[in-house]
Amino acid sequence: MLLIQCPYCGPRPELEFAYGGQAHIARPLKPADLNDDEWAAFLYMRVNTKGVHAERWRHARGCNRFFNALRDTTTDHFLAVYKTGEARPALNTAGGHS
Amino acid sequence: MQRFSAFSIIRRGLTGNESWRPQWRRASPKASYDAIIVGGGGHGLGAAYYLAKEHGLTNIAVIEKGWIGGGNTGRNTTIIRSNYLFDESAALYDHSVKLWEDLSQVLNYNVMFSPRGVMMLAHNVHDIQVLKRHVHANRCNGVDNEWLSAEQAKEFCPPLNISPDIRYPVLGAALQRRGGTARHDAVAWGYARAADALGVDIIENCEVTGFQKDAHGAIEAVQTTRGLIRTKKVGVSAAGNTSVVLGLAGVSLPLESFPLQALVSEPIKPAFPCVVMSNTIHAYISQSDKGELVIGAGTDAYTSYTQRGGLHINTHTLDAICELFPMFRRMQMLRNWGGIVDVTPDRSPIIAKTPVPGLYVNCGWGTGGFKATPGSANVFAWTIARDEPHPINAPFTIERFRDGFLIDEAAAAAVAH
Amino acid sequence: MTQFRAAKGGRIDRSSAIEFEFDGQTYKAHPGDTLASALLANGVHLVGRSFKYHRPRGLLAAGAEEPNALVGVWRDSARYTPNLRATTVEIYPGLKAESQNRSPSLKFDRAGINGLFSRFIGAGFYYKTFMWPKTAWKSLYEPTIREAAGLGRAPTQADPDRYSNRHAHCDVLVVGAGAAGLSAARAAAAAGARVILCDEQAEMGGSLLSDVHTRINGLTASAWVASVLQELKANPRVTLLARTTAFGYFPHNHLGLNEKLTEHVAAPKPDQPRERLWQVRAAEVVLAMGAIERPLVFPGNDLPGILLADAARTYLQRYGVKVGSVVAVVTAHDSAYQTALDLHAAGVKIAVIADTRAEVSGDLAAQAWAAGIRIQHNSTVIGTRGKLRVTGIDLGQVSGSNVQPLESIACDTIIMSGGWTPSVHLHSQSRGKLVWDESLSAYIPGQTAERTRSVGSCRGIFGIAASLADGTKTGAEAAGTTSSITYEVEETRLANTGFIGALPQPGGKPGDKAFVDWQNDVTTKDLALAMREGFESVEHVKRYTTNGMATDQGKTSNMNALAFLAAGLDKPIPAVGLTTFRMPYTPVTFGSFAGYSRGELFDPVRRTAIHDWAQAQGAVFEDVGAWKRARYFPRGNEDMHAAVDRECVAVRQNCGIFDASTLGKIEVVGPDAATFLERLYVNSWANLKVGQSRYGILCREDGFVYDDGIIARLAEDRFHVTTTTGGAARVYAFMEDYLQTEWSDLSVWLTSISEQYSVIALQGPAARRVLEPLVTGVDVSAQALPHMGVVSGFICGIPMRLFRVSFTGELGFEINVPSDYGRAVWEAIYASGQPHGIVPYGTESMHVLRAEKGYIIVGQETDGTMTPDDVGLSWAIGKTKPDFVGKRSLARSSMHAKDRKQLVGLRTQDPKLVLEEGAQIVDSPGQKAPMRLIGHVTSSYHSAVLGHSIALAVVRGGRARVGQTLYVPMPTGDIPVIVTSTVFYDSEGAKLHG
Repeated sequence: MLLIQCPYCGPRPELEFAYGGQAHIARPLKPADLNDDEWAAFLYMRVNTKGVHAERWRHARGCNRFFNALRDTTTDHFLAVYKTGEARPALNTAGGHS
Repeated sequence: MQRFSAFSIIRRGLTGNESWRPQWRRASPKASYDAIIVGGGGHGLGAAYYLAKEHGLTNIAVIEKGWIGGGNTGRNTTIIRSNYLFDESAALYDHSVKLWEDLSQVLNYNVMFSPRGVMMLAHNVHDIQVLKRHVHANRCNGVDNEWLSAEQAKEFCPPLNISPDIRYPVLGAALQRRGGTARHDAVAWGYARAADALGVDIIENCEVTGFQKDAHGAIEAVQTTRGLIRTKKVGVSAAGNTSVVLGLAGVSLPLESFPLQALVSEPIKPAFPCVVMSNTIHAYISQSDKGELVIGAGTDAYTSYTQRGGLHINTHTLDAICELFPMFRRMQMLRNWGGIVDVTPDRSPIIAKTPVPGLYVNCGWGTGGFKATPGSANVFAWTIARDEPHPINAPFTIERFRDGFLIDEAAAAAVAH
Repeated sequence: MTQFRAAKGGRIDRSSAIEFEFDGQTYKAHPGDTLASALLANGVHLVGRSFKYHRPRGLLAAGAEEPNALVGVWRDSARYTPNLRATTVEIYPGLKAESQNRSPSLKFDRAGINGLFSRFIGAGFYYKTFMWPKTAWKSLYEPTIREAAGLGRAPTQADPDRYSNRHAHCDVLVVGAGAAGLSAARAAAAAGARVILCDEQAEMGGSLLSDVHTRINGLTASAWVASVLQELKANPRVTLLARTTAFGYFPHNHLGLNEKLTEHVAAPKPDQPRERLWQVRAAEVVLAMGAIERPLVFPGNDLPGILLADAARTYLQRYGVKVGSVVAVVTAHDSAYQTALDLHAAGVKIAVIADTRAEVSGDLAAQAWAAGIRIQHNSTVIGTRGKLRVTGIDLGQVSGSNVQPLESIACDTIIMSGGWTPSVHLHSQSRGKLVWDESLSAYIPGQTAERTRSVGSCRGIFGIAASLADGTKTGAEAAGTTSSITYEVEETRLANTGFIGALPQPGGKPGDKAFVDWQNDVTTKDLALAMREGFESVEHVKRYTTNGMATDQGKTSNMNALAFLAAGLDKPIPAVGLTTFRMPYTPVTFGSFAGYSRGELFDPVRRTAIHDWAQAQGAVFEDVGAWKRARYFPRGNEDMHAAVDRECVAVRQNCGIFDASTLGKIEVVGPDAATFLERLYVNSWANLKVGQSRYGILCREDGFVYDDGIIARLAEDRFHVTTTTGGAARVYAFMEDYLQTEWSDLSVWLTSISEQYSVIALQGPAARRVLEPLVTGVDVSAQALPHMGVVSGFICGIPMRLFRVSFTGELGFEINVPSDYGRAVWEAIYASGQPHGIVPYGTESMHVLRAEKGYIIVGQETDGTMTPDDVGLSWAIGKTKPDFVGKRSLARSSMHAKDRKQLVGLRTQDPKLVLEEGAQIVDSPGQKAPMRLIGHVTSSYHSAVLGHSIALAVVRGGRARVGQTLYVPMPTGDIPVIVTSTVFYDSEGAKLHG
């Protein structure tokens, strides 16, 4: 069970959270302007990164807020957490984990 | 290929077993091949075998970054069934079951396909509706699947707890008698040995690092940790790592890779005659020929390539098993492991051409790829050889996500309201 | 007691004798014994049969690594546990144990004949045969193999025992309470850290408990252990967990610990948990797991009476048991000399110390010489003698690569030591790297992946003084400080040598029956065969031969197999690779994982405020998600159909009352609430007036129906949204997702109010007359409160939100009151309805009533592949809206294909015939599989009101087929059906608006 740093509540066990998939996929402002390929890319295409993955979590059994995290999917270590709407933080090469 | 039989065992045994030879050659990459399969699991080795056997492509290689059969082929709970809801799925999975039925003889390798019956439990009215829909659809598609009352289910699987007093009582079950299990490692080895005998090179410890394309954007070579290999056709069967491999060719896919854990108990004398699955309370169980109870459940919640997951998944899996089979509460977990499963949005696989000419992909099997091994390998080989899908895998394209022709087996088992 | 119980020594309680049973025979033991030590004390070495060849087997070890001595233990018929290691089963009075995998008896096992055929049934033989004839696999071969395989027998009755579960946090978790672990815990505790110290054994102390020579700070080793434990026990920040195995290392320093609570107790209290699962989140972990002695691989090394040297010492010094009368020692490590000397001192004859090494120096060898013990250098073992117990050892002499037979020596016991393998299991489980240490010939922990540190012999630091120093330093480090604690230790220094692989044999060939994996019967010949057949990857060899896959997970076998493989492949050991260490470290009971989660606690039951009333009325309930919902209310001997017929007729003719409390309810509030709903739901909301409600449909972004429900506008900025029962949580999460991550500019607040309100549906022509006398502050007349009107007021003095809505097609109201008053209001309405013939009805009647009107149930008519138009709801879509969730997907051409499945009604020719839900539909009769399926029945009921059966179905191009005859192919034949409208009852809606 992962230990997840909620930016609002602090470290909490994974059971309190709901995974929200890849982060930074903004819903198009005007979906009607997209062709089918572009729309399918929004709906379904995922980077599925092997490495540092920007992803969403919701503290579902806590403050109920969404936030973003950078996690290394080859180690499951969290490298950063940040609030929804904030830019993906740059990582120093050392990484480190929570 | 040294023929396997009781006779050969005795003959070679009498001479000290000295005359056995490697089951497949330890090949090194040649400069070029007519086709390359990336991924030495059951699906990839099987595709190579069928390419050689049925399509006459023998100058081909399977390249595997680790050891063959070391991915999900060697990490699954070996359940085989074809009682899927949609016509497209039933056709694909049943094609596979039919190949399973003769696979040991065809490969001259005992893959221990054991059609002991797969029983799926209903715990509420909605489950009954969904499973009966499966039963009817399967019957009309020529796939065996029958409805059992709770009492009949217990008769088929005596350890099953059908007491009405448990939290989610068993109200009935759908039984596919032709379903069962097989010996997972033997599938990889059997295909490897048979493909090797047809001239296929099986190259381990060889990881793809890139693709080389010609002026038209078509594949012309694969870069690997063991050098550049020229080829015009590449079939990727890399399961959880498919996104990574296809990413090297600039192809993105609707895939996410999740950890899937499974476990076995200590071996016991025969105590469990069939396979039992419960989607509602999340667990499935069978007993291996070695005597271990083989148990699995759902994935962890997040994408990961670590091949491990959390303790809470195990606790949840085993509370479900203990609820359904309370006599197993004193059994002990011997070993737990994790695989990486690549999941599509509609929980159905992709076996298709990609936007890159000469590049083909077989992926998205999620938690259920083992059962499809022979069938998927068979139609994937066809697709690679003819540059067009076999009618069975024609619906399983990447484009279905763009066009909305999903084959949504997961949604079809929608939750109760 | 017996000739094998030493005259003195050991930690057993000699003042008390207890009896236990093994294979039906009664033996005596002392408290403090394990089943293994007690059997040895009675001269019993033969305790099991091996997995494949059914070879007689004795005890190899004294701890959790034991591969042979697996026994079944039972207290009563429902408390039978197979496959327990006799070395870890603590004796209690009346303990009953049995050997396994033998028939009819241990001494005579029919399947022992398998051994004669070992040349034919070596590694992987089953992949090569049993293929002809094909049908025989299922009928003959597999059943035979299965019967032969497996070890113990499964329990057959439900386990009545309880299991407990606890979550814990600490600063430092120390795993293992030997010298290194105790000193680490002590140093961490001294620094003020919250410490958990766990150890798998009944007593903490590890190897110190069988060490009678070492002095620490002037105390005997065991006295020092006692003093440290006393100190730690007195520290409130320290938790000591004996009989507790840290079995799994999960991500983010989360460890699973299994504590055995009653296994050692003769008569546990019935409500006492048997085991406890600890889930520990540790800031820092210190692994002090020790090392496991490696057996030596030589022909015939598996006879009963052949065991590890350190095990023999443990049996002697901890349990006061002599493992034999005449002992031959084979060793590659100094530590076996200590055992030989200890046994010698206890009066056991040491026939020989056969040392594989060319030279032996040091105190212990000198003492052995002095004691007159014969020491043979450059030794190897080329065979053993005996059938059910070893009777002799055949030694060989090694010179260079040449092996010559030396002599045969009579003995009744052989003890062996190949040196020590550090227990790196948890370090490896944590994904820490392992590095090969050439000087130790062992893998030791390298780079860590978690906040973890290994100390003592599990990282290759041997010796008591070194372990204490290592533990102290590291324990303090883990607590974020340094320690000034030091220890004065008097101990005998041992050289770190060892032997890995198979002992050399004459002619350089692997000898016969030289076992590497005892339990799975893997010999050097099996490993050689696997290599010959091209299995060179260490994982392939493991899987092909099953080496290391037994219940001990290779604790005694993996390193020897690896070295044998390396030698065979002519590679250095680290180039061969290593198999993965998997949890659990030792087997863990299923029940301990399941914990409290059984019966009602398996998944908490959700009950509405009206549940008890319904139960008192004799309602039959169904599970819907976690909810219990009343399905029908039988009267007298009514079955479900009779009850439903009666309930439905009553609703249509008079009125019925229905508990709809399980519906999801979300309050959407704020200046942008209407905009928010406008963007989410397919409908228009901006034009919904306060005091009105509308049927809303929610799609996923892929355009498929996700949920539905009534949405009421209570105020300009306040909506009361209802969802399906199953959709409550996920629709709320869905809304939060869009609100927080896409449209955070909107000023909207969401509150789940599902549990806050009871919802009472009052339906039927008499509904208004029933309701009217109870309400105040509202006018419920048709003019004031038309269909879909919503108003706030009071009922029985309780504030309510009153919806005039109907899921039956009758005049209907849904009364929302705070849940605390739900039961009271329900009863008041029920009383008020008595003169009007009110009946309570359940979900089954609700289904029939709505189906008569063609109302869909999301999840029954839809399955995640249906668009609003597919289920006939395109009228609900706000046509002028620029966007809503799912709109873009609905614009794809496939969403408008003519052959999409569409919702229709079906009528059977035979009015009594009720189609089966889920039955398939074809457009021509007499088809054979595979048929061309064009749809399926989604809902099907007998309608008492209409006097015939009705069904809803989804059919390809269904709406254009109204009036056509289609067929439902059943095993008994095709059933013709006529496609109809989905509305079977009151198609003008006159009753609805009454």
